Amino acid sequence: MNGWLRLFDPARIASLRRRLVWQFLVLSAALVLGLFLTVGWVADRASRASQDAVLGAAVTAITEGIRSVDDGLELDLPYATFSMLGAMGDERIFYALAVADRVVTGYDDLPAPPEPALDMVPIFWTADYRGARLRLSAVARPMLIDNRLRPVTVTLGQTRLGQAAIARDTARSAAWAALVFLVVALPVALLAAQAVLSPIRSLAEVMGRRGPRDLRPVRHPTPRELAPLLRALNGLIARLRGALDLAETFIFEAAHRIRTPLSLVRTEAELALSETTDEATRIRLRRMVRAIGESSRSANQILDHAMVMYRSDQFAAAPLDLAALTRAVVRAVAPLADMRDIALSQAGLDSPCPIEGDERMLEIALRNILDNAVKYAAPEGRIAVSLRREGPMAVLRVQNDGRGLSDDPAQLMARFRRGGNVGDIGGSGLGLTIVTEVAAAHRGRFRLEPGEREGTCALLHLPLA
Amino acid sequence: MRLAALAAGLIALVLASPARAFEIEQERRFGPADGTPIQVLSTTDTAAFAPVLEDFVARHPGRSIRYVQAASTEIFAAIHDQDARFDLVISSAMDLQMKLANDGFAAEVEMEAPGLPGWARWRQQLWGMALEPVVTLASRQALRDLPLPRTRRDLIALLRENPDRFRGRIAAYDPQVSGVGYFLIAQDDQVSDGFWRLAEVMGRLNARLFCCSGQMIEELRSGRVSIAYNVVASYAARFRPDDPDLVQLGFEDYIFAIVRSAFVPVNAPDPEGARLLLSYLLSDPAQRLIAASAGVALVPGTGPAPSPQLRPIRLDAGLLVYDDRLRRAGLLAEWRAALVQPQAGP
Ligand SMILES: Nc1ncnc2c1ncn2[C@@H]1O[C@H](COP(=O)(O)OP(=O)(O)O)[C@@H](O)[C@H]1O
Ligand SMILES: [Mg+2]
Repeated sequence: MNGWLRLFDPARIASLRRRLVWQFLVLSAALVLGLFLTVGWVADRASRASQDAVLGAAVTAITEGIRSVDDGLELDLPYATFSMLGAMGDERIFYALAVADRVVTGYDDLPAPPEPALDMVPIFWTADYRGARLRLSAVARPMLIDNRLRPVTVTLGQTRLGQAAIARDTARSAAWAALVFLVVALPVALLAAQAVLSPIRSLAEVMGRRGPRDLRPVRHPTPRELAPLLRALNGLIARLRGALDLAETFIFEAAHRIRTPLSLVRTEAELALSETTDEATRIRLRRMVRAIGESSRSANQILDHAMVMYRSDQFAAAPLDLAALTRAVVRAVAPLADMRDIALSQAGLDSPCPIEGDERMLEIALRNILDNAVKYAAPEGRIAVSLRREGPMAVLRVQNDGRGLSDDPAQLMARFRRGGNVGDIGGSGLGLTIVTEVAAAHRGRFRLEPGEREGTCALLHLPLA
Repeated sequence: MRLAALAAGLIALVLASPARAFEIEQERRFGPADGTPIQVLSTTDTAAFAPVLEDFVARHPGRSIRYVQAASTEIFAAIHDQDARFDLVISSAMDLQMKLANDGFAAEVEMEAPGLPGWARWRQQLWGMALEPVVTLASRQALRDLPLPRTRRDLIALLRENPDRFRGRIAAYDPQVSGVGYFLIAQDDQVSDGFWRLAEVMGRLNARLFCCSGQMIEELRSGRVSIAYNVVASYAARFRPDDPDLVQLGFEDYIFAIVRSAFVPVNAPDPEGARLLLSYLLSDPAQRLIAASAGVALVPGTGPAPSPQLRPIRLDAGLLVYDDRLRRAGLLAEWRAALVQPQAGP
């Protein structure tokens, strides 16, 4: 019983669509039942009324056929009236003609009227007689019999099987019509439910298509009923973005505030180094300068990372030439490579390579890739930078010789993760994280793989404009 | 169309019947002598109905029928007042059958009878099973040179013009004894204005009254009467082919056709057997046999189609009016007044 009820509880049906269809079905079934009962009732009333009219007319006609004659009453019981009364559904007919309370002809034991019949106005009632339910009508009329005025009452009763059957048939037809209508309406209801729910689906699709860091407010057109949901969603997004902004600004600020005093300390340490001659102090000071350099590079990386995060939130792409940008970055790292006697070769950087992107972000990414190449290349080694097009993508390839990879490249992309091959080479472990994020913001991808013969190869794919 | 005038006291006599056993005319058994038979109470002449019943027992081995023939008023009284127990009641007195059904003595029988016309059935209770034209028979020998009357008007003229030849030689139903006789007079009264003139003429010629068609035909064949008015044709059919003297007068104004009907009483001891017999009676083979003896088919296609002047009487609630005490008493009074005339003693 309980489980049965629970099946009908709309709140328990997980699908909105199914819930709508269920409710439609339940309502429609109630409608069909209601129609059946109402039409049955109305048809019964209407046919009963019209049959009462016929019965009343018949009993009146019989009464009018009574004549008073010398030796009693004369009655012309009309054949046609009886034939007509019985016509609908072969009804049984009973009658009685009574003078005062004595039945003169007809059925002696026919139920008497519940109230005295009035002069020529038929009264109607229902009674059981000889195993059947009868509708009866009676008319009374005073007549002169043996010089005395005496009341003559005619009672006429008929079964109403035909009328009941007609009312039942009518109700059944109405119910069938409603049922057919329901069957026809069901697919329509399914479609309607689908249509009603389509804005929800399209909103979900729009949300699903968004990039992982896309925190712009949702501007999708929705029906009025969904506006509160959309407002709540946008409110949530705004709060989230506010929190992120705050965190990034804070990191930005913090890195900045560390960097400035660090460079001051470094200048001071270098000055002290040039002024002192005590070898032990010099060694100490040199270590200090180095550590400070590391720290400020780390701070720079953190700053860059914060910058990349920030800019990919507010991503604003503009047309730019990847070849020119790469040339510029290569030029910037060239002195570092020179210091380690590394040969830098370039290919494919002469012809322009137009892409849509954020120049600042891309520059940071390229510098990190090239920094790594210089850092991990063998002394007096080689770095080959090449740019080419592969289908809809521009592919930048930076190949360096040297120690090669010792870890799973995918894991090296994580924040602050450094490889086991680093040795005494300084670094923060943020470089590849930055590159990956820049690639993702541009709908491109970044990969690190072992070089063809030796060393490492970094591959950056970016969609062409 | 004039109707009866009557004091209430007079009416009481007519239908008041003291509790007594009803009168049986004939009783016969069809089929094997052992086992419980299907009990049939019927007005139909046993000899006329025998071929149909024999066909039934031939088709249903193990079944037998006890066929009791009685007058229609006896049958009515037996069922209505004496609680007689039969499985199937067959009668040509349509008004009495209708009253029995209306008063709740007939059981509902679920049965298909697709060929049966709607007017020959009342609910699932009263089933028409034969159409019986009501004709007037004449003896060719008695008429001799006289032209055959073609309408009732012709008949009246014929009787009036030859009173001596027809005095005491006209046969008619006695409506006070015969249910069918009364019913036919009521029909004549309703349909034709000239009927009472005919009745008067017959009364003046000292017409003889009989209880049943069979007796009238016997009198006619033995030469004791010349004309028999209102004879059920199925009786006549039994003799006509081998009796060239019998002429059937098919009046052109109208010929009634009574629907002989059957019902299963609510207290039938063997309703299953009754249903079996009834559905056989309504089946094509039985209808063919019945139509052959009646000369006309009730179920279309089982025999000769009805002629245009044939007026089948419908089985419907209108028949109830004929049984009305006032109406009946009035009609019989009028009949007596017309027929039993003081100057024409027996
Ligand atoms: N060109 C390369 N050759 C060899 N190993 C590399 C190269 N680029 C990156 N790696 C490895 O990936 C790790 C992560 O790189 P990155 O995020 O730039 O941090 P780091 O500050 O250590 O350079 C490095 O620690 C190193 O082990
Ligand atoms: Mg690095």
